[in-house]
Amino acid sequence: MKADPRGVLTGTHFLDGDHACCEGALAAGCRVAFGYPITPSTEVVERISSRLPEVGGVFLQMEDEIASSIAIQGAVWGGARSMTVSSGPGISLMMEHVGLAAMTETPCVFVNVQRGGPSTGLPTLPGQADMMQARWGSHGDYEIIAIAPNSPQECFDLVIHAFNLAERFRVPVMFMMDESVGHMTEKVVIPPAEQIEIEPRRFTTDPPEKYLPFAAGPDLVPPMPPVGKGYRFHVTGLTHDERGYPVMSAEAQEKLVRRLVDKIRTRTDEITQCQEFMTEDAEVLLVAYGITSRVVQRTLQLARQKGIKAGLFRPVVVWPFPEKRLRELAQKAKAVVVVELNYGQIVLEVERTVCGCTPVRLVPHGGGALHDPEQVLAVVEEVAR
Amino acid sequence: MNQPRNPVEPFLRMDRMPHIWCPGCGIGVVVNCFARAMLESKTDIDSVQVVSGIGCTGRIAGYLRMDSYHTTHGRAIPFATGLKTARPDMKVVVFSGDGDLVAIGGNHLIHAARRNVDIKVICVNNFTYGMTGGQVAPTAPVESLATTSPFGVFEQPFNLAFLADSAGAVYVARWTTYHVRQLAKAMREVLQKPGFCFVEVIAPCPTIYQRRNRLGDALDAMKFYKEQSKLSEGADTRALDIPMQGPIPVGRFVNRDRPTLLENMNAVLGKRLGAKYQPYPTGVTR
Amino acid sequence: MVEKDKPKKPKGEVHINREVCKGCGFCVEFCPSHVLALDTAFNRKGYHPPVAAKPEACNGCNLCGLYCPDFAIFGVRLGKVEEDSDDEG
Repeated sequence: MKADPRGVLTGTHFLDGDHACCEGALAAGCRVAFGYPITPSTEVVERISSRLPEVGGVFLQMEDEIASSIAIQGAVWGGARSMTVSSGPGISLMMEHVGLAAMTETPCVFVNVQRGGPSTGLPTLPGQADMMQARWGSHGDYEIIAIAPNSPQECFDLVIHAFNLAERFRVPVMFMMDESVGHMTEKVVIPPAEQIEIEPRRFTTDPPEKYLPFAAGPDLVPPMPPVGKGYRFHVTGLTHDERGYPVMSAEAQEKLVRRLVDKIRTRTDEITQCQEFMTEDAEVLLVAYGITSRVVQRTLQLARQKGIKAGLFRPVVVWPFPEKRLRELAQKAKAVVVVELNYGQIVLEVERTVCGCTPVRLVPHGGGALHDPEQVLAVVEEVAR
Repeated sequence: MNQPRNPVEPFLRMDRMPHIWCPGCGIGVVVNCFARAMLESKTDIDSVQVVSGIGCTGRIAGYLRMDSYHTTHGRAIPFATGLKTARPDMKVVVFSGDGDLVAIGGNHLIHAARRNVDIKVICVNNFTYGMTGGQVAPTAPVESLATTSPFGVFEQPFNLAFLADSAGAVYVARWTTYHVRQLAKAMREVLQKPGFCFVEVIAPCPTIYQRRNRLGDALDAMKFYKEQSKLSEGADTRALDIPMQGPIPVGRFVNRDRPTLLENMNAVLGKRLGAKYQPYPTGVTR
Repeated sequence: MVEKDKPKKPKGEVHINREVCKGCGFCVEFCPSHVLALDTAFNRKGYHPPVAAKPEACNGCNLCGLYCPDFAIFGVRLGKVEEDSDDEG
């Protein structure tokens, strides 16, 4: 379905990533949001708090991130599209509720404008060290989708995609921005509403007597029930059966949790999204995501100028990790160089994927600033020899 | 001739009976009173959303035959806030226990009361964390025994009625599970009353609190509530402490009117934005 | 004299679902007409459900039904088309 024009600020704008993210959420149909201030994400909710009332929505600043992360889920069950926004310390607080959203299959978006960590870290400076947390931060077995934009334009476009994926797969989607992307100001083109595709929420067509809230077809995603229409459904974070009733057994666990992970794992092809630069003949394959992918594009230019056949593989959807394509590219390369603003997170996925067929080298950085393209080039030159 | 069915059955998930609560557990009485309140007030089942936390009381959501949500420990109130914001036309009722609502959930309780979020909170107070085996709760009387205070609780407990009142709740009442008629009436009242309503229900936990503190069984507790309850309608909530095995002040203490959160939002935003602002539905008819 | 000896028809009756009763004893204790007593027999779970020991005294007030934590008992008034609402008003 098309976007509701009321929330679409069509035009050409000069916005930073935080502001663009807010506009993207509005374009995606988000009308109820909850959040708590935390640098460098605060501007997202500041803008939301002034924009939502203009488009018939509500923003409430909650008493903490824990409240925000579950209030959005109450709103989602009430029929709304909802999002919350935070950074490292707040995202850590929200982790229990990421798990709740996964377990109850509540479609919602968690924006993490990453900053230097751990703990209070570097509140006003970039980092990319929450990538593993996005995937594994809550307890138990579950799958999420994580997207890493690298520009304010993408903060607009891809947050819409985040909402759409959340609805399609009924999972929490982690929108992994970072302070650089969040605070950089660039041109953002917002198209007319009829050019923006929105995934509608899939409600059940079964009558209440027949409907089983957690029974899914071959796509492994159950349709949702409408509230107050006689379905009288039950939602619980306890392991449950297809009726939604708690069942304490290994059999129920296998049946439910297996489906929760499989709905992403067996449908990864429908979810992965990558960008490739000069990978056709790449002998040195660079891997980078988010803001670092832009730094590495510069490295790529410099490397090619020096005659090195370098290429860049950029996961846009970082989780589920794009194993298939990376494996194809890695097999053709002499070396894989992973560049990330942390001391080694996604590199572990790369190593696992490449599985020893090509040497993998990490160019780490603790955050607080970005890699120097020349610094990365030095490593590329080293492995190219 | 058809055997008559218990008139509260339409409000219960009969496919899940018998429930897990112990013999004499006060939570069953609370559910019964709520079903009665729904029946007597002719409230449409599909106009009510039930949200609960974790613990024995939290299991209420799983037994009431309404759209119901069994959320995380301490966080029923913010979930309810989100739900109410998206569907202001729904009556949102939170059922949870003393530990869930007041310890881990305490922050959410006071802020929701402060804001006057239009939700109804039924707090079952059995002075313990029953589901996990009887640990100390913020309502446990001094010197009562708990598994994590095996030599006696040495912290002053909360007076929940005072807490809710001082945080801004527009309706505050306390009854025990002996006071079934008054409790059902209080529940009917809060279903109709806009704003943050708080009903504390003193209930027996026979298996743990009663037994570990050598207070007899559930029936002994009920008889105690009958003898020791002191009707204190309209009393100052500051004076409503519950001593261990002492008089229990009960009654409706607070019943006032304040604009709800969404009403306040509309007032302030309307004032600032003027004709540009389209008031958000509040679910309140005054 | 003849009227005094005539047994009164009960104004109400209780319905007991023996198998879901957990024998807490609330109904027995709080019935204002002392209609109920715990059965000496057990139900399948080993609890003693109530029985109407003095059914003629029942007036169908349903206080037992209000107290029961297990929804195992309720009282109805006899001779009325719909059940009275039990509110204190």
